[in-house]
Amino acid sequence: MIVDPLSSLVAGTDRLLPANGISRRRFLQAGAAAGGGLLLSLSLPFANGEAEAADADAFAPNAFIRIGRDGKIVLTMPYVEMGQGTYTSIPMLIAEELEVDLKQVRLEHAPPNEKLYANPLLGVQATGNSNAIRGSWLPLRQAGATTRTMLVAAAAKRWNVDPASCRAQSGEVIHAPTGRKIKYGDLATDAARMPVPENVALKRPQDFRLIGTPAKRLDTPAKVNGTAIYGIDVRPPGVKFATLAQSPVFGGRVKSVDDGKAKVVKGVRQIVRLDDAVAVVADHMGAAKKGLAALVIEWDDGPYAKLNTNDVAAELEKATLNSGPVAQNVGDVDKAMASAVTKVEATYQVPFLAHAAMEPMNCTVHVRKDGCEIWVGSQAIARCQAAAAKISGLPLDKVVVHNHLIGGGFGRRLESDGVARAVQIAQHVDGPVKVVWTREEDIQHDMYRPYFYDRLSAGLDEKGKPVAWNHRFAGSSIIARYLPPAFNNGLDPDTTEGAIDLVYAFPNLHVEYLRVEPPGIPTAFWRSVGPSHNVFVTESFIDELAAAAKQDPVAYRRALLDKAPRAKAVLELAAEKAGWGQPLPERAGRGVALQFVFATYMAQVAEVEVAKDGAVRVRRVVCAVDCGTVVNPDTVRAQIQSAIVFGITAALHGEVTLKNGRVEQSNFHNYEMLRMNEAPAIEIYIVNSAEPPGGMGEAGTSAIVPAVTNAILAATGKRLRKPPVDTAALKQPA
Amino acid sequence: MAFSIKVNGKTHGVDVDGDTPLLWVLRDVLGMTGTKFGCGMALCGACTVHINGVATRSCITSVGSIGKSRITTIEAIGATAAGARIQKAWLDREVVQCGYCQSGQIMSASALLASKPHPTDADIDAAMSGNICRCGTYLRIREAIKQAAQSSGPGG
Repeated sequence: MIVDPLSSLVAGTDRLLPANGISRRRFLQAGAAAGGGLLLSLSLPFANGEAEAADADAFAPNAFIRIGRDGKIVLTMPYVEMGQGTYTSIPMLIAEELEVDLKQVRLEHAPPNEKLYANPLLGVQATGNSNAIRGSWLPLRQAGATTRTMLVAAAAKRWNVDPASCRAQSGEVIHAPTGRKIKYGDLATDAARMPVPENVALKRPQDFRLIGTPAKRLDTPAKVNGTAIYGIDVRPPGVKFATLAQSPVFGGRVKSVDDGKAKVVKGVRQIVRLDDAVAVVADHMGAAKKGLAALVIEWDDGPYAKLNTNDVAAELEKATLNSGPVAQNVGDVDKAMASAVTKVEATYQVPFLAHAAMEPMNCTVHVRKDGCEIWVGSQAIARCQAAAAKISGLPLDKVVVHNHLIGGGFGRRLESDGVARAVQIAQHVDGPVKVVWTREEDIQHDMYRPYFYDRLSAGLDEKGKPVAWNHRFAGSSIIARYLPPAFNNGLDPDTTEGAIDLVYAFPNLHVEYLRVEPPGIPTAFWRSVGPSHNVFVTESFIDELAAAAKQDPVAYRRALLDKAPRAKAVLELAAEKAGWGQPLPERAGRGVALQFVFATYMAQVAEVEVAKDGAVRVRRVVCAVDCGTVVNPDTVRAQIQSAIVFGITAALHGEVTLKNGRVEQSNFHNYEMLRMNEAPAIEIYIVNSAEPPGGMGEAGTSAIVPAVTNAILAATGKRLRKPPVDTAALKQPA
Repeated sequence: MAFSIKVNGKTHGVDVDGDTPLLWVLRDVLGMTGTKFGCGMALCGACTVHINGVATRSCITSVGSIGKSRITTIEAIGATAAGARIQKAWLDREVVQCGYCQSGQIMSASALLASKPHPTDADIDAAMSGNICRCGTYLRIREAIKQAAQSSGPGG
C-alpha cells in the first residue's frame, strides 16, 4: 500500500534539522489506506538523534496521516502526551497546511503490536529532549501540504480543470471560477492515486491561521471529569492488583521471605518471590499493600550495603583532579590564565534527584503462553516492548503494548525497568496483573538525575572581563547507557549541553567531561537533562566572575553578548520587565540566569526573600524567551510556568541521598514538592521570532535554579554552590 | 466483612476488610478510576473525595469508618453547582497539563468554593496547599478558582 517514495520533498531542510538526523531520503510516502481513503506514512526524527543510528536507506515510518472516505482525519503519532500539550500542537501543524479545522483532526497513540514500531533499533520511539515540535516542525507541515496538493490534484482531475484554479479550504477543495466544491472525504481515495508532488510550497508565516494562536488543548475535558485513562487506570477483565518491595539496596537479593501473615490477609491471592523483589498479588491494592506490610523479608544487601552519598561525591571530586575528554576548546586557556590579572576558582555539586511524577510507577501485564499484552504509559514504547520480549523470551511481535496517558513523565517514562519488573511478576500470575509501586518504592527505586561534581576556574583582565574559562566536571552519562552509539570518545551531546557552546564570547575556553558512573544507584534523564546541571554551574560561575569584577550581573553578561543578539535581547527584556536595579527590602534580592539550550534562548530573573531562619521564598519570576516560531503561545506559557515550579522545587528541596546503600527519602514529607502557598508569581515575555521552533518543555527548569541561587546571593551575600538551598547557612546571625 | 457505602448517590456493597482505604475500594473494587493514588499518606491530595461535602483524603480513610456518609467523587462533582463552575473554569483557564493530580485539585477546589463562595488568596492557600501538582499548574489553579468564584454571584 505504500508507493512512490518521495525522496526530494525535504531537500534543503538538512541545514535546519541536523540535530534531529532527519534524512532527505525517504521521509514520506503516500498510498491508499486500507478500507479506502488516503494514507501518508512519515518517518519522523526522535529524541537524542536516535534516527541517525537507523539504516538511512530504509524507510521506517513511525507516523501516519489518514483521511478516510468519511472525511475524518486521524494522525497516528509516536509522541506521547504527558502534559506538555503535544497532542494539541502536533495536530496544529498538520491542520495548518492541510486547510482543515483543528477539530476535524483526531490524534491517536501509536498503535500497539505494530511491526513498524518493533524496529530493532531500540528506543526509536521516544518522547523526550523537548524535541516533539522541534523535530516535526518541517516534516509535518510538509506532509500536510503534500496531502493538500494531492487532494487538489484529485479534484482538478475530476473536474478536468487546472489545479491552479482550485484551492483548499476548511476540508474542501473549491473550484473558484465555478464555485464547485468537493469534500476531502470524497476525494481521499482518488487522491491516493495521484502522483506525490516533488515539491510543495509551505504557507508563509503571515498566512498562518492556527500556528501562533492559543488553540485550546484537545486532551483536557476528559482530565477534569475523571474519565481520562492513564496507565494506572486500565482494567482488563479479571485483572489482579499487585504491589512490591524491591531490594532496599540496589543490587541486593532476597534472602528469605516469611509470608505466613501476608497470605491470610483477606483479598491476598499470591506472593511472588523474585531474585531481588517480592510482590503481593491481591483482589485490590488495599489488600496487596496490607499483605506487603505483613511480609517479613530478609535481604542480602550485596556489594553496596555501606554506600553513602559522600562516597559518590568523593569519587567524583577525585576524578576531576585528572584531565578528561575535551568537550570544547577555544583558544589557549593556560596561556590566557597565566596573564590574567584576577583568578577565580570554585567547585560546584548537584545532587541526585528523583522524578516523583504524580502517577506512581505502574504497569499492567498479561502473560500467556503464546504472547504478552502490556498496558502502560510510556515515553518510549518500543523500549517497553523490547524489555518485555527479553524477560518473557517471546518474539517481539508477540508482545502487544497499549500506550496510555502519562501522569507526569519528566524522563522517568523513557525507561523500561517498570515494564520489565511487571513482566517478571506477571509470569507467575494466571491472568492480567496490574503492578503498582507505592510512592515509597517509586522514590527509592527511581533512576535518578545524576550527581555531578564541577571544578571551574577563570581569569579576568584588568577590566574584569573574562579572558579564560576552564570547566571540568565528572558524573554519569545517561546517553552512554541509553543510546550507546551517541556516546563517542568519552563524550555525548546531552551531558555537555549547557556547558559548551555558551552564549558568551569567551576568547579562551576549555571544557572537559569525565564519565564516572556511580556505584549502586541507577541514573536517568530528568527534566532539562544535561542543562539541569550545567546551566546551574555556568550561570552561577559567571555570576561569581561579575562579583569578582565588582560589576552588575546583568551588565557583566550583557557585555559578553555582542555576537549573540537573541541572547542579549532576552536578557535585556527580562531585566527590564523585572525592574532590575530597583531597590528591594532587606534580605530580598534578584538573581539572573541566561541560557541557550534546547534551541531556545531564555533569561530569567528570580526575586527571593530569605527569612531570618534561613527559609527561602521565591516571590516572583520574570522570564523572557525566544523559542523561535511559537506554535501555541498558551502551551509555551504553560510549559514555562511548569518548568519554573519544577526547578524551584529542585533548588529549594530536591535531594536524594544514600545511607548504607538505601535511599533515605521515601515520600512527599521528606522529598518535598513546591506547593500552592509557595508558588511565585510568574511573568512570561515571548519574543516574536520567525526562526524554527525551539524546545519548550524543559528550558524553564534549568534556568531557574541559578536564578534563585544568584538571587539568594544578592539577598544574603551567601553563594550557594550545592543545591538544594541550605537554610542553616542562610540563617541571620542573632 | 461486607460494607455498604453510598457513592455519588448509589449504594454499593463491598466485601473487604474494614481497614481498607476508601481509595482502593473506589478504584479497584468499584472501578471508579477518576480518583487517583499519589502517596498513600495524605501528603499529596490526589485521592481527594468529598465525604458529606468535606474534602477528604480517601487514601487514609478506612471504608469501615464511613458508615452512612455520602461520598462524592470526581465522576459526579460536575453535578454540584460548585463542581460544575470549577470544571468550567479549569477548561477556560487551560489549567491542566498531565492532569493526573487534577481530580484531587478539582475536589479540593469544589469543596472550598461550596463553603466559601468568594475565597481570598489565603483561603486558597489553606485549601489547596495539600494538593501537589508536579506539573506546577498552581498559578492557573488560583486563577481558575477566582474565575469560578466570580460566577458564584454575590454573598458568601
